[in-house]
Parts: sequence; C-alpha cells; structure tokens
Amino acid sequence: MIDVIELTVNGDVHEIGVPSHYSLLEALRYVLGYTGSKQGCDKGDCGACTVLLDGVATLSCILPVHEAIDHEVTTVEGLVGPDGPHPLQDAFDLCGAAQCGFCTPGILISAAGLLRCTQDPSREEIREALSGNLCRCTGYTKIYEAVEVAARAIRENRSPSEVIHA
Amino acid sequence: MKLEDFRQKQAEAAGSAEELREALEREFQVIGRRLRRTDGLAKSTGRTMFADDISLAGMLHGKILRSPHPHALIKSIDASAALALEGVHAVITGRDMAVTYGIIPWTRDEYPLCVDKVRYVGDGVAAVAAIDEDTANLALDLIEVAYEVLPHHLDPEEALADAETPIHEPRKPGQNGNVSKHVHLEFGEVDRLMSESDVIVEGEYYFEGSTHTPIEPHCAIGYYDASGKLTVWSATQVPHYLHRELARVLDLDVAKVRVVQPPVGGAFGGKSEPFDLEFCVAKLSMVSGRPVKILYTREEVFYAHRGRHPMLMRYKTGASRNGRIKAVDASTIIDGGGYSSFGLVTTYYSGQLITAPYTMESYRFDSTRVYTNKPCCGPKRGHGSVQPRFAIEIQLDKVAEALDIDPIQLRRINFLGADSRTINEFRVTSNGFPQCLDAVEKASDWKDKYRKLPYGRGVGIAGSCYISGTNYPIYPNEMPQSAVQLQVDRSGRVAVFCGASEIGQGSDSTFAYIVAEELGVPLDYVRILSADTDLTPVDLGAYSSRVTFMCGNACIDAAQKIKEKVRKAVSDAWECKPKQVVLAAGWAFDAKDTDQKMPISEAFNLAEAKFGTLGATGSYNTPKDIHGEYRGGTIGASPAYSFTAHAVELEVDPETGFVDVDKIWVAHDCGRALNPVLVEGQIEGSAYMGFGEAIMEEQIFKETGLHNAPSLLDYKIPTSLDTPEMEALIIESVDPEGPYGAKEAGEGPLHPSIPAIANAIYDAVGVRLDRLPFSPPRVWAALGERRKHEESGKLAPWKQPQEVELPAAGD
Repeated sequence: MIDVIELTVNGDVHEIGVPSHYSLLEALRYVLGYTGSKQGCDKGDCGACTVLLDGVATLSCILPVHEAIDHEVTTVEGLVGPDGPHPLQDAFDLCGAAQCGFCTPGILISAAGLLRCTQDPSREEIREALSGNLCRCTGYTKIYEAVEVAARAIRENRSPSEVIHA
Repeated sequence: MKLEDFRQKQAEAAGSAEELREALEREFQVIGRRLRRTDGLAKSTGRTMFADDISLAGMLHGKILRSPHPHALIKSIDASAALALEGVHAVITGRDMAVTYGIIPWTRDEYPLCVDKVRYVGDGVAAVAAIDEDTANLALDLIEVAYEVLPHHLDPEEALADAETPIHEPRKPGQNGNVSKHVHLEFGEVDRLMSESDVIVEGEYYFEGSTHTPIEPHCAIGYYDASGKLTVWSATQVPHYLHRELARVLDLDVAKVRVVQPPVGGAFGGKSEPFDLEFCVAKLSMVSGRPVKILYTREEVFYAHRGRHPMLMRYKTGASRNGRIKAVDASTIIDGGGYSSFGLVTTYYSGQLITAPYTMESYRFDSTRVYTNKPCCGPKRGHGSVQPRFAIEIQLDKVAEALDIDPIQLRRINFLGADSRTINEFRVTSNGFPQCLDAVEKASDWKDKYRKLPYGRGVGIAGSCYISGTNYPIYPNEMPQSAVQLQVDRSGRVAVFCGASEIGQGSDSTFAYIVAEELGVPLDYVRILSADTDLTPVDLGAYSSRVTFMCGNACIDAAQKIKEKVRKAVSDAWECKPKQVVLAAGWAFDAKDTDQKMPISEAFNLAEAKFGTLGATGSYNTPKDIHGEYRGGTIGASPAYSFTAHAVELEVDPETGFVDVDKIWVAHDCGRALNPVLVEGQIEGSAYMGFGEAIMEEQIFKETGLHNAPSLLDYKIPTSLDTPEMEALIIESVDPEGPYGAKEAGEGPLHPSIPAIANAIYDAVGVRLDRLPFSPPRVWAALGERRKHEESGKLAPWKQPQEVELPAAGD
C-alpha cells in the first residue's frame, strides 16, 4: 500500500508516495535519491544510516518513515551549505578520518549532533557520542582528531585548515 | 610547506625565482607530505557513489535462496510457483550456469549456485529477480527444494578422520576427499639441530576464525543490454579476475563483458574473489533483459565470509643458550570451510611467511587444510600468516623467558638483516625491523616496564613481516602485473587510467600524488579513473598489499615517458640541456636560472606541438630469481617485505578476567610514506583489527551449522569505546624497488597485535593464553588455573600480588 506523506529533508519539504512499511532510510535512498545515508545492516546495529531528527542523531533504518513526518530530517548531504562543506566534513578530509568512507556519513551526523549540544567536547565525550557508529577501517583515532579540530574551528570561527596549521 | 599552501603562495608570487629555488632544494614536492585524498571531500559530503547507491531504470531486485543444511544433496528444485508470482521476472538455479570456478585456477570447486550438493548452511541454490525486494523474498519462499541430508563435519580434525561422506570428491581415488591441501616443507636439519638446542619450548596454539565485517555489504548490479553486452558493477577488490570468470562461466566473449568497480566500502580480503551474487545478477539480467541488483543482507555477509582460517598449531622451537633460534618445527591443521577459495595459497602461507624477520638455522612445517561444512574461509588482512605469527611470537617470548633474555633483545639477536635470504630462500632487501624495535621500545618505556609493573599491569612485544604483493599473478602469465595509461591535456590536466581498486586504502590518491610529483602539475589537475575493464589497463586487484608498490611503479614508468618529452620540448625552446628543465609546483623552469620559466600547461602545449598528442602507458612486473626453485618456493616470494613491531600495555582485572588494553605502539617499516596520513591510517586500522581479533571476535558456529552470531550486534567488533589508544610510528628504510622506496602498509601492521597482547597478559598476570579471543571467561579460567598451581607450590606467585585487607565487620 502506498501512502502519500510530507517529509522535510535538508530544509526542503517533499510530498512523496511511499510503501507504508518503509523505513526513513528507504524513503531517503529509494524515493528521494539521498544516497549519502547508508544501509550497512538494516537492523540498527552499525549506525551507517544515522541522520539528524530535529538535531538528534537517529538510526533511520529502524525508524518507520511515518515517524519522521512533522520533523526536520538532516542527512550528510544537508551538512554542506552554500559556502561549502561543514567544518566537520572539511576536518575529516584534512585529518584523514575517512578511508573507505562508508561509515563516514553516519559518523559525521553523530558528531554534528554532539557539536550542537557541546561546543568543546572532551575526547571521552566524542567516543561516547560515536559509540553507536561502527567503523572498520580507521580504528577511530583520526576521527576523534577531526572532531576536535572541527569543534575548535567552529568555536574560534576559523577554518579547520587554519586550526591545524596554528 | 603543504602543497596547497605552496600553490597559493605561488599564485601570489607568480612563481618567484626564490620559490622555485626552494623547490629545487627539496627532495620531493608532493611525496611525503600530509595531504588530502583526492576523493576525500566526496566521501565526507556523502557524494561518493558506492555500488548500492547506483540505480538503473527498470532495475529489478534479486535475492538468493540458501541452503538450511550444512551438507546435503539437492534432489530437485521446483521454482514454478515462484515464477508464477506476479512481479517475478526470472528464476535461476545452479543448472543455468553449471560451470565451476574458483579464484585459484587449480582449485575450481564451486558453482555460482550449487548444482548437485550444498556444503554449508548458506550455500546458494537458486536466485530470483523481481520488481521489489519484498516480492523477491516472497518468491524465495515459493521455491521448493528437496534435499537429501548428509552427515556433516564442523571440526577439521573430525573431518580429517572421517571422510566417509566427503565434502568434495577426492582429486585422485583413494585420497581423503576432506583434505583441501597439504604442504610439507623442510629447510635444514631440524631434528639434529633441535637435539643440539640448549632450550626447547613447545606449545599448542589455536587461532579462532574471524571475519572482515566491512560496513558495506557486498553489492552487484548486472545489466545484459540489447546489444548482448554484459556490464557488472560490483563492490569487488578484483575487477580483472571477476571479468575473466564472468566471461568463462557465463560463456560470453570476454570482449563483451565489462566490470565496473565503484568505490568499495571496506573489503580487507572479503571481496577479493568472485561471489555468487555477481554471477546471479548477470544471469538474471540475461534471462529477464532488465538490470538486476543484489545487495547482501548483513547476515549473508557473515555466511559469504572468506575470512580468517581457524588454525590449530603445534610448535616446537629450539634455541641455543645465547638466544639463537636453531630449529622450528610446526604442525598445523587449517579449517577451510566448504570450498577452496585461496586455500592453496593459505596453506603455503601458514608456514612460508614466518621465516623473517628472524633467522632460523632450520625450519620444518607441515600444514593441512581441511574442508568442513561451514562458510568458506579465505584471505583476511594478513592472509594465512597472522595465525602462525601468533604462535611463533609467543614461542619467542617463552624462549626469552627460559634464557632470561629480554624479549626485544632476543629479537635483535636473531635479526635476519637487510639484503639477505630467508631460510626458505625468499629475497629480503630493505629491512627496517631493528628501527621498529627501537621505536616501540623507546615509545613505550619498555625497559622501565617489562616485568616491573605492578601485578595486573603488563607490557608485551611482538614483531612480524609481510609481503608487498605476490611475486606471481594468480593465473600464470608473463604480462605486467600492473599498468596505467596517462593522458595529458592542453589545459595542464593529466588523466590517469588504472585498473587498480580503490577500497578505502587511498590508491586513487596515491597515483595522483605520484603523477603530480613526476609531472609538476598541481594535485587537483590530476584525474583518476580506476577499475573499469572497458577503459583501464589491467591491474590484478587490491589484494596481498600490492597496489602502492606495483601500480605506483607503473605510474612512475608512464609519467617519466611524458616527462622526457616535455623536458625535450622545453629545452629545445630554451636551448639548454633537457636535464636542466625541472617540472615542479605548476611550473617548468630552468634549474640553472629560475627566472627562465613557464606554466606547466604551456610546457605541455610545446611538447604536444612537437610530438603530437601526449600520452603514455607504464607497467610493472616483478623480478624473477628472488625465491627458491623447490615446489611452492614462489608462494610467499615478494619484491619487497614490510616489517612491524608492536608494544602493548594493558591491565588485567583478576576478578573478572577483563583485559583492558591501554595503548598499542606500532612501528611499521613501509619503506617510504608517500602520504604519512594514509600510512598512519593503515597502521591504526590494522592494529585496531588485530585488537578486535585478540579480544572479542569469533566466527563460530552452532552444531546445526548455523552461524552463532550473524549480526553486528552479536559478532563483536570494537566500537569507539572499546578501541585502545594507538600510536603509529613510521619507519622508512627506503626500498630499492618500491616507488620512491615505498612498501606496503595495509596488512603488515596487523600481525603483531595479537601476540603482543598475549605476551602483555603474561607479563601482567603470568598466564599464557594460547586460544583466541582473550575473552573474560577464558582469562578468568586461566587465572584460576594459575592460582591453583601457586597454592600447591608448583609455581611462585606472579609478581607478588598485593594482599588486600578486607574491612572488618562493622566498618
């Protein structure tokens, strides 16, 4: 059965038809074409599907799409603004925090969620915030560095590149 | 100075003479700098298109029906009800593509879908293509398969003993059909030298199986178009081998098959051979006329496996009083699962790859790979050598203890040396192992900690080596193992076409760095197009840590051909010698007079006017005569070896057996770090993966043949909260044959993780763990055993455990 619903994704309001049993992830990937959020396990175990729901990191593969109606969804694509990538995205690139890049969208979203609440997170707070995102390539080390660089860049209103070279 | 900063300054200074003189003084302009990847921002902005992100109009969804039995004959398959279901476009079974294949040409023992029997729970028997996933799943339920269940074996020793209903037909009558491969090799006189040894240590070690768990599940799309051309997009590490096998199995002209490999979301050896889904999407498309996609569920990834072989290893090591290793005798049973995969190679590696970095006066190994009714094992990061490395590094720790020699010192005493041959005749050239030992010894404050930390805390050491690519390709041929094609544009852009597979390790970026270095173009002027068999020259794939070394050399080869032409054209214009012309930092300039310069694009235009359109191919093939002539002597041979040392500090909680690894120091000799950020990433990722195997991962099965934990919730891989602090220390021995001296960094740094942790546990609490993983129940039980021996007086208390006074009642 197809339901017609309204979803707000990355600031745009979309009226779409979705099978009624669809998860938010399926709606994003198959109906709206936002393939940045990934399907790693389809069961809520790996975190690769993480999006922000009203600014809170949420597993989209186990969220029924109906529960996203009347909420603001932000995907990794939505972190890029007209002025360029989010400081987190730029810091990840500079620090080598993404290798294969498959877990990266989910990790960025979880980190973005953290930075909305905590402007100067400790290493421990970063590890906690990312504990629901599995990465198999990096061992997490450069991810922490990138988040710390991005947090500092945002606080000091500088680019991540300037922060690293300081 | 970073290249991007350099370019900015260059634009501002308009190529001042001073800038160019500085460029002359540097050894390299690009190589060795901490640079961004060329694909980094695409990844962090979610724009990278992985296989599952690709969608084609009219695309159908495929699903594979899998055996519920670990061992059974297929008596019949009735798919009529599935075919009749609305929305189902095609149903296929094994008989539709009954040609055997296998990554190793000598052991082609699998079908894309099973034809007459299934060999593990999860073995594929049929596939459907339907308009959506739900319809496909419904269709699977409607396929009726009649099985005749056979007795099964999950334990390799049992399978070896009882081949009444063999898993595979024996190759020759009378042979044991459950034996996949047997290798016995001896170098020097082991028995005599063992008897002459002053100390002999023995041990039995069991290395549990583990699996890759890349975050991206396997995914493939097949499209057989109206012209009869098949295109397969697949998250594979080996597009060239896949190309060949698709053509052969599906009986298609190889020139009418195209394999496109999108960026891969992690592989680690788990995507380095053809898989059922690739053949199925192709065949389903051929039958239905539509594009077909299959995405494995996470559960299917666990069953597809091709991961770490469980190995039961019995080791005997003899040493002289001064610490020299006189004899090593190893006997290994390898649990192969249901098929061969790379098993022939694994069996050789299980013995061949531990003859460096230490000298051994004699060495013997006997390894038997056995089939069992479980998902097939294959290459996982450090293929076939992580397990024996675990055994030998603990053996060395035991020898060090018996001789009262520091374990790092023991390794120094037995150092093989650079420019030498191992006892099994592999040629070793650059060898930075002593620098690796020095680095971790210093960084970890080893001398102040070894056997000196309070009870419960300990440090451990281990070393290792690994190949930078195999000396020979998987199918025998004399052609280059890697090639690139460069194309230079009038705007100054350079396009690099290479067959090499970007699987997250940074290969695309590495080729860009090399081309930018050689041709002096800004980094973002370089475009990489990789792994499309229609467009790119052959590279054998991302396995055995070969890509940087082999494709890197091919890039240099091609770039230097173009460089020669450009220098000639410019030197003609300036009437100077070609070797005075330097291409660097976006300019061509005269080394003797840096005021004489032109932008690089202008230099390219001059060359194009003189020589015609600029392009070049480059290739690489391995040297011969770097191994022995005995049978199997080539397996383990490599043009260069990397070396690694780990030091680990950890704490064991004696109440719970919980092992808390505080820090891992990893020193890795990668020859030269072309981009230290990428090399550190490989070191950290490898150490993390080894840590996971040591502490928590197990690919184990229930009696029924079902996987014990086929989810990322239950199969434990380290989260951010579990992963210890890791410090990567890069050692550069500058290899004579590697590109700018570079060697591998993708697999070597994993090896010492596990034995270093085991040795640290011993330092902490005096128990030797010889089985993986070092889980709390296992550690706790071992502590209990030790306590019993201490109480009976058989062993002295380890590091004098502190007596804790319990508070008196009423406090």
